[in-house]
Parts: sequence; structure tokens; C-alpha cells
Amino acid sequence: MLFYILRRVISAISVVIVTVVVSFMLFFVAPTDPAGVICGPRCTPERLNDITKSLNLDQPPVEQIVLYFKGIVVGRDYTSGGVTRHCDAPCLGYSYVLGVPVTDLLAKAVPVTLSIVIGGATIYLCFGVLIGTIAARVRGTTLDRVAVGSSLVIGSIPYFVVALIIALYATFLPKSQYVPFFSNPVSWAAGLLAAWLCLGLTNSASYTRYSRASMIEALGQDFTRTARSKGISERRVVYRHGLRAAMTPVITIFGVDVAYQLVNTIFTERIFQLPGLGLRILNAFNQYDLPVLMGGVIVGATVLVVMNLVVDILYTVLDPRVRLG
Amino acid sequence: MTAATTTAKSGVRSMEGAPLLELDDVKMHFRTKGDGLLARGTKWVQAVDGVSLTVQSGETLGLVGESGCGKSTTARLITRLLEPTAGKIKYQGVDIAHMSERQLRPYRREIQLIFQDPYSSLNPRHTVGTIVGTALRTHGMVPKSGELKRVQELLEVVGLNPEHYNRYPHEFSGGQRQRIGIARALAARPKIIVADEPVSALDVSIQAQVMNLLENLRSELGIAFVFIAHDLGVVRHFCDRVAVMYLGRVVEEAPRDALYEKPQHPYTQALLSAVPDIAVVRGVPPKQRIRLVGDVPSPVDPPSGCRFRTRCWKAQDICATNDPVLEEKAPDQTVACHFAEPPVESIVAEVV
Amino acid sequence: MTDQTVRAPQTVTRTPRTRSEGEEAYLEVNDLHVQFPTADGRVQAVQGLSYSLPLRRTLAIVGESGSGKSVSSMAILGLHDRKSTWISGSIKVGGKEVVGMSEKDLMSYRGADAAMIFQDPQSSLHPFFTIGDQIMESYRAHHNVSKRAAKARAVDMLGRVGIPNPSRRVEQYPHEFSGGMRQRAMIAMALVNDPKLLIADEPTTALDVTVQAQILDLIADLQRDFGSAVVFITHDLGVVAEIADDILVMYGGSAVEHGPVEKILGTPLHPYTWGLLESIPAVSGTPGALHPIPGSPPSLLAMPSGCAFHPRCEYRDRVGGDLCATLKPELIPRTADLGRTSRCHLKEPDKVFETEVLTRLP
Repeated sequence: MLFYILRRVISAISVVIVTVVVSFMLFFVAPTDPAGVICGPRCTPERLNDITKSLNLDQPPVEQIVLYFKGIVVGRDYTSGGVTRHCDAPCLGYSYVLGVPVTDLLAKAVPVTLSIVIGGATIYLCFGVLIGTIAARVRGTTLDRVAVGSSLVIGSIPYFVVALIIALYATFLPKSQYVPFFSNPVSWAAGLLAAWLCLGLTNSASYTRYSRASMIEALGQDFTRTARSKGISERRVVYRHGLRAAMTPVITIFGVDVAYQLVNTIFTERIFQLPGLGLRILNAFNQYDLPVLMGGVIVGATVLVVMNLVVDILYTVLDPRVRLG
Repeated sequence: MTAATTTAKSGVRSMEGAPLLELDDVKMHFRTKGDGLLARGTKWVQAVDGVSLTVQSGETLGLVGESGCGKSTTARLITRLLEPTAGKIKYQGVDIAHMSERQLRPYRREIQLIFQDPYSSLNPRHTVGTIVGTALRTHGMVPKSGELKRVQELLEVVGLNPEHYNRYPHEFSGGQRQRIGIARALAARPKIIVADEPVSALDVSIQAQVMNLLENLRSELGIAFVFIAHDLGVVRHFCDRVAVMYLGRVVEEAPRDALYEKPQHPYTQALLSAVPDIAVVRGVPPKQRIRLVGDVPSPVDPPSGCRFRTRCWKAQDICATNDPVLEEKAPDQTVACHFAEPPVESIVAEVV
Repeated sequence: MTDQTVRAPQTVTRTPRTRSEGEEAYLEVNDLHVQFPTADGRVQAVQGLSYSLPLRRTLAIVGESGSGKSVSSMAILGLHDRKSTWISGSIKVGGKEVVGMSEKDLMSYRGADAAMIFQDPQSSLHPFFTIGDQIMESYRAHHNVSKRAAKARAVDMLGRVGIPNPSRRVEQYPHEFSGGMRQRAMIAMALVNDPKLLIADEPTTALDVTVQAQILDLIADLQRDFGSAVVFITHDLGVVAEIADDILVMYGGSAVEHGPVEKILGTPLHPYTWGLLESIPAVSGTPGALHPIPGSPPSLLAMPSGCAFHPRCEYRDRVGGDLCATLKPELIPRTADLGRTSRCHLKEPDKVFETEVLTRLP
């Protein structure tokens, strides 16, 4: 088990490294002109030179990548316009547009995104699984059809439409804002409520359907029949035997899904004005802030790889038949 | 090839005087992933471990054994759905064990396979006519114009209504689907059919119908069969010779009557005595039965020496150290056991 | 019973059972009908099934797929979904009426008075709970005991069904058991509450023949110890000959022949039973040609009129008029022997069997 995790962590790190190298080449080494892009339309030759130098664009590509990695591990110094700033490890580069190290920028954004996704995901998982399980139990009845029908309707409304409706009409909700959890948990929750509801509502539709299908399958299994033949209550049959088996595939989807949510909350953040990762990357994109984009890529890749690892480990806890190795 | 080989028009080579099919010390080891860093514990499942068999033209060889004995893997090796780890698979004297897919093509026509599950082996989106017709076309058996006629002929041969060529597999019952599978195998005019549990998914009354069909095909078309089944009654009914497999090896091979009446390997004896026999109610005294303990060991880590020794009541020290080889203990009856001997009493009930 | 070597040849001789007639029935099924309404019409899975079974006896219910043998047995435990099943008639187990029983009463009845083991022990055990958990759950559903006591009981039961090292095995998951061991564990789970009725639905079909023999021995031994009644559902007449006292042959949702096993398999009186016997390739005797029943079993959506077997029956011409196609025969004694019944219009079936069918059997 320990060996397995170790091996997975090593492979995870190598995946991230490959991602970094590939994106680095795309952004900086490829025959583009990153310095020119950063410098913008009103660029002076001195400033261009300055940027080229401070980004080490005048050095061979391999050297550039080595320097970048070195920055991540031990930190590095950036000199721009005669001023040298130290960028602590893990240094993901320096944003010329905003004049701050990328790491600081992302470190502020990540908790916001994390808060949005954790809250939203909790809502959609609980809500979706509950409705799905109930629908599976009463399969074929009106209640089931209502549950399936409404999940189809909600699922087919574009996500941003739901977000907009909540933002525009659900004015009774507390004002959307980000307050760090540790400074005031109540304001934290209140400020994120609208975003959570939006994320929870739209995604619960698909979880209703996953859970319902998975539950129907589990309830049709031979072991469910065995459980019934023991003389235990139907509730126990459904929630202990059925749900336990039905949840394994749902959790698998959930894990990967959460990872994608973390990287893709742009809409939610934009609509609800929350300074998260998505918004950061979007802004960087608009401003050609390549170092920030690079940082975003690294964080995104790391999140995906870590979540995959978490799901795999979770799987062995859920299903004793799965042995890591 | 030192002996004279001839090449038929189809591209199938053959050596004069060679048996139709010959397996020579064939091994099939599958790799399983081990655990630990760098997958150090990689293990090999010895699914088939040194099997030698011979099938003459028109002959029927039965392969019996319990789950994990390697009989289905053997079927997939003969039909070259698998490439063996070691050993030779000779068809008319020519080794096909490591032939490329292109070289194999003409041989694929002559060696056909019938599967256990007639439903999952038929494409549900194709009509019966297409399924059988594809087999005809693949092997270039008939010109396009004659295809439908030949399909209908084949359907009739296997006892299906030839008018039903445009129906889909789900419109047929289990027994009828197995007939479709047989028609598909016959389309190529094979010389040998490997039938892997062809009747075990069928109800008793339907099973008998399909058995009779196979029986008729064999006597009319002279096709050789390798017939794989776990049902000893079915094998006895259908086969000229029977090989008993245990954990990837053949432990006994003999002509049908010798095997069922005077089995010499303890495993064969136990296997036969374990079959519930309906003759008991017709006044036949209950037979002495040998009860094996436990289940078949894992083929990943088979016992040393004789693989059956862990469940064998005759086992001695020599069985753990010396692997018994197949030896001829009676005319045409080979047994791999240090203590092979016919049973004291008849294993199967006496004839009424 | 592991792979440890046993040096003595283990041989078992089955002694003929002693039979005590006129015992009180523990299980009584009366005019049972089970139907499933579907979009294509009503599936008549069981049509008017009646039989009874005293304690310490084994009844084998034999039939092919769609004969209603499993459906009728599921009904004994009340396992059919109420919403999608229509059941009428009566099933009495130890005096309790099961048809129409409330969900609450069913809960205390299932597992305690009657228990069931199924065909595929691999899929019938929950893959995510330990064997011990699953047995304990059964026990605690009917006994108000501590977890520790339930576990002790589970270990004890595993030992009784011949699982070596039960105190270690109780902590293991089903996938760590072999096929035969899983079925033993299923049996331990079924018997943990000492039920007086055990229903075994094809319990050995998924097992290898040497393991099947072990399980059949085990069921017979446990039945003797527990004194329960056993309903054994199978399609294998060899297994029936080995384990059953009585046999009920089902075809198209009805019983077609019922009586003591030596009589029904020794001198069967129904053409369907003849057909089954003539379809089985024997392991002993002179191998002869098989004489299969023509055609396929009927669709339960469109049962033939009259006798359900008549479209496949080779003997229907010997019955006057088109009686077979118009009138469903009663399940009654057909010969002087009143201890057995069959559902067929054919006159003197015993003579037909002796002069025609018997000669074709191996």
C-alpha cells in the first residue's frame, strides 16, 4: 500500500513535470514573442530588452526550463527596470502585468476556488445521491418520473444561465463575497452561499441520474436478494447493502469531477465576483500575462493528478476487492 | 520441413502422413501484475503447462476438467486466438504456433470455433443471413450471387427455417442461437471444429437436440472435433477419446470406454465418482464415492511435483518431488501418476 | 478442508433414507399463482401449484428455464416485488400464511422460519462486507444479541459447514474465498437462525463437480442435524437422484409429475419426464442415441391451450380427440399407485413407459 502510494506520487510528479515542460515550450520557447506580447503595443525597445532579459528569453530553451524549475524548488530573483525582487520557493514566475510573484497571486486565489468547489460539491453530491436513491427505490412511479424529468430539465439549462438567474433574481441571498474561513466562518459561508447553490443545483442533476442508475443496478443484484431473504428491513437493504455498492462508481465520477470543477469555476467566479483561480486565469489570459497562465497550468495539472490519486486510494477503501499493486 | 510438404490451393500446407492436429508440449503462461515497487512480484499464471494432444482426421477428442484446468485456454490456442508461450501446434504437420495473422488466414478457415454462450458470440445488430454470409465471404467460399442460397442451405443443415435468414439473433431461442453459431462455423467447410462448452448454457431438452445435430454433422461431414465440456456425460456421449486436464496439464488420456470404465488416475476416478448418477434410482446400488477435499489450487503457484498431490489420497513423498510424466499404462491409455492403477471397484455404476 | 493432504481415501456411501409416512406438512403450497404484468401482457410464471413437505424431507423441484421453479420458490420467502407481481393462492410455512403477509411480519419470518441459498455464491454475497459481517447481520436480525455473541455464532457456523480456521476466515471478504467455500459460507448464513425450511435454488450449478459433491453431502448432513425441510431446485436429474426424497417436475408454470423420487425417476408417467430422461447423456451404461424433446418450451405470455406440453408431445395422438389441446389435465394419480400424481391424459402411462421408453434409456 505504502509502496503503491509512493509509486503513484512519483508518477504524479512526473506527469506534472511533463505538463510544465510542454506548457513552457508552448508559451516561451515556441516561435512566438512572449516578451513582445507582455510588453504590449506601447513598447519601448529598452522595456522589451528588460523583459527579455528578466524572463531569461535570451538564453537557450533548456536553460530557461532549468531556471524555471530551479525557481520552483529554491526560488529565484527577478530584475526588472533595475529593481531586483526575490521570489521565494516555490516560485512560479513573476507577473509583469501586476507586478507580483505568480505564487502569491495563486495562493490568494486557490482558497477561494477551493471554498466554492467544496461547498458546491457537497451540496450536489448529497442532494443528487439522495434524490437518485429515492427515485431508484420508487422506480416507475410518478415521484420517480418527476425526479428524473426535473433533473433532465435542470441538467439541460446551461450552467451560466442558472448562475445568472441566481445572481439576478435570488436577491434575498446574502451578498456574494469572499471572506476567508478563518477570519469569519459565518460570513465565509454566507458570502459563498449563492455560488454554492448555483454549482450544487446544476450539478446535482447529473448526480441524481448517476445515483439512480447505479442504485437500480445494485438493487437488482443477487446480493440484494440475499439481503432481503435474511429478514432485515427494506430500509437497511437499500441504504446499507444497495447504497454501499451503488456509491463506488458515483464516488469515482465525483473525484474526477471535483478536480475539473476546481479548474473550471470561471463562470461562477465571474458571475459572483469571487477572486478565485478561474477568474485569475481569465484575467491573465486577457492581459497576456504568460507567467500567471503558466502557474495556472501547473496548479491545474497538480490538482487533477492529486484528485486521481485520492480517488484510487478511496476506491480501495470502498471496494475490498481492489488491491493496490 | 524435411518430409514432403504440399501446398493446397487455399494456401494450407500439409505434411504427408501427419495427423490432422498435434499439440506438442504447448505452454501458455499469462503474466499477472505483482505488487510492490517496480512490480517486482510479477507472477505467471500457468494456464496451460505442457499439453500434448493428437487429433486424427474425423476423430473426436474430448477435453474435460474443472474450472482453471486450462481446457478453454487450450481451445483458444488450437484456434490460434492465443499465441503459445512455448511448444508446437501442428496442423497437418505444419507448425502454426507462431504464424502471423496473414499466414494463418487459410488455416483459420479450416479450424473453426463454437462458443459456449451463443448470445454474446453473435452480433445483435446483424441478421442471421449477414452473420453466416460474412463467414462465407471472409473465406471466399461462394460467389456473391450464390451467397443467399448457401446461407439458406446452411440454416437448413443446422435445423433452422431457411426463410428466417433476415431475422436477428434476439428473435431466436438459446438453442436456435447455438445452431446459428454452428452454421457460421460450417460455412467455412472446416476440417476441425473446436467446441468450447457448446451445450452447457442450454436446457436439458435443448441440449440433447444440439448434441444430436453435432453428432449428425460429424458423421455426415466427417469433421474432426475437439469437444470441451465439464459435463462428463456429454463428453462420454460425443467423444471417441477423452483427455482429462488438471491445473494446466493432461493427467490421463484414453479411448472413451477405457477412461470411463477403467480410469487409472486418481483424479479421473474422483471426478467420475463425483458425478451424481441418475441410474441409482433404477435399482443400481449406490456407488462407492471418492470425495476430494478442498478446491483446485491456484495456477499461479501450483504444487510442486504432481499438481494433484494436494488433494490426492494416494500421495506420497515422491509426488512432491517427482513430476509424473504421461506414460502408457494400458493399450492407448496414458496416465501421469506414480500410483496409477484401475479402481478396485467399478467407479461408475454397473450397466442395468 | 483445505489443501492439506488427507491420506486416507475418503469414500462415502449414501444409505437409502428411511421414510416415515403421514408426517405433518411444514410447508404447504396451495393453488399458487404468480403472474407478472408486463407491457406485452401477463407473464403466467406459476399456474396453480400445490404441494406439501414435512420436516426432515427433501423435495426436488425440477424443470427447465421458464418452468416456474425458481419463481415459485421466491414466493415462499415473499421475495417478489409487491408492485410488479400478482400472487394468489396460499403458502403456509409452519402454520403461517405467507401470501399477503405484511412487510413487518415478512421481516421476522424471512431468515428465521425459512431461509434460502442461491445459485451463484459469488454474486449472492455482498462484495464489500466481510463474510462474518454478513452472517452476523442475519443472526442479529432475529436475535437481540451483542456483536461479540453474534460473531461467536458466525465462527461456530462457519466451522459447522466445514470451513477451516473459521475465526480467521470470518474476517475475510467473499473474494478471498474459493467458489466452494463461498457456497459453504452462504449455507452457514442461511442456517444461522436455525430455520425449519431451507430453499436451495440451484446451489451447485455454478460449482465444479468435485465441489458439487462436497456441497451435496454437506446439505444432506446439515439437514439431518437441523431436522429441517429442504426444497432443492435444480435442472440436474442426477443431483435429484442423489439428494431428494420427493420430486416435483414442473413445465410451463405447472407441476406435471409429483411423487417419491425412486418412482418418478424409476418409472415416470409423464411424457415430459420421459423426454428429460431421454435427453440426458449418462456417465454409465451403454451410450445410446439421445432422444430429445422436439421444439422449445412455451412462452409464458402465450401458453398453449389444454396441456401446456401438447405441442411438443409425441404421445398426444394416442389420446382420443383433441383432448390434449383443449383440456388441461388434472394432477392426479394415474395408476393404481396413489402415492404419486401426474398431469397427462395418456391411458396406462406405466405400460407405455415400460414397453417403449425404458428400452431407449441407457
